[in-house]
Amino acid sequence: MSLFDLFKKRGSAPVARERLQVLLAYERTSRQKPDLVLMLQEEIMAVIARHVHIDQDDVRVSIDRGDTVSTLEIDIQLPNGDSMALAS
Amino acid sequence: MAKVVVVTSGKGGVGKTTSTAALGAALAQSGKRVVVIDFDVGLRNLDLVLGAERRVVFDLINVTQGVAKLSQALIRDKRIEQLYLLPASQTRDKDALTEEGVGQVIAELRTKFDYIICDSPAGIERGAQLAMRFADEAVVVTNPEVSSVRDSDRIIGLLDSRTLRAEQGETVRKYILITRFDAARASRGEMLGIDDMLDILSTPLLGIIPESEGVLRASNVGCPVTLNEPANPAARAYSDAARRLLGEDIPMALPVDRRGLFDRLFGRRAA
Repeated sequence: MSLFDLFKKRGSAPVARERLQVLLAYERTSRQKPDLVLMLQEEIMAVIARHVHIDQDDVRVSIDRGDTVSTLEIDIQLPNGDSMALAS
Repeated sequence: MAKVVVVTSGKGGVGKTTSTAALGAALAQSGKRVVVIDFDVGLRNLDLVLGAERRVVFDLINVTQGVAKLSQALIRDKRIEQLYLLPASQTRDKDALTEEGVGQVIAELRTKFDYIICDSPAGIERGAQLAMRFADEAVVVTNPEVSSVRDSDRIIGLLDSRTLRAEQGETVRKYILITRFDAARASRGEMLGIDDMLDILSTPLLGIIPESEGVLRASNVGCPVTLNEPANPAARAYSDAARRLLGEDIPMALPVDRRGLFDRLFGRRAA
């Protein structure tokens, strides 16, 4: 901590302000159009399900919404080799 | 010409009913004919805050269903002339309120009053949407707290899309009313500041109501704070807000932090 930090305005309000700005920017745009990330998630899942039988438990989806960039992380555990069942 | 004003917020407990009572009383005290309507079917409280809880005979739903005439359901305030209350039903199913029924009641009230103030229930469901449906202006009550600011933003979105005015291509004039504000905490960076909230919500400010013990004292005795303790800072802030609603240009008096330089430097709390 530098000497300068001692004089900086502290408090939790700036954190509140920043969190709100990020959140509301996202919520305002998603009010007008369907959630792109959710749409991607559903369609990617549909494509996988068309070709491979997978359990719901083998799929982990997480979304991290940031100020400018959002990440959609899909972690799918595919069964190996022979046991890999093709869906028709 | 009559104006329909909805007092809304999304979040519960931020002071919609208190603000409806105080603004309604202040407008009536300045000579306007005012009716305040409780839209919180099943959880009415505006009658209690106005001290009229023992005088309720008929309610809004009775009127929309034709069981009672509007004149039978309106309760005249005993202290302030030209202030009337239309209570919500405490017992009936909330689906009993229809858009058509509410529209007819509001149309009739427009011929009799200058201000029709609709106290919205919390949430964004049917009751809240009906309360804002016919509004010309909206007072969005907001606390300096993240959840309240977020819900206010959501409500502002609904005011711009789900009201009759919005659907007709007009706009509902919207104002933020900040309640329970603590200037000392805001100046220490512990509470969202006025500029922060206005910046985030990009909506004009109607008033800043300081956190005050007088507000609870007023509801305890069933009297709007503007009447119960006219000199109280919260009461004065409500009176100023009412005058701004009337179109007067009243400078915004920030609830001042009275701590001196010494206290500021050493971070002492104001007594």
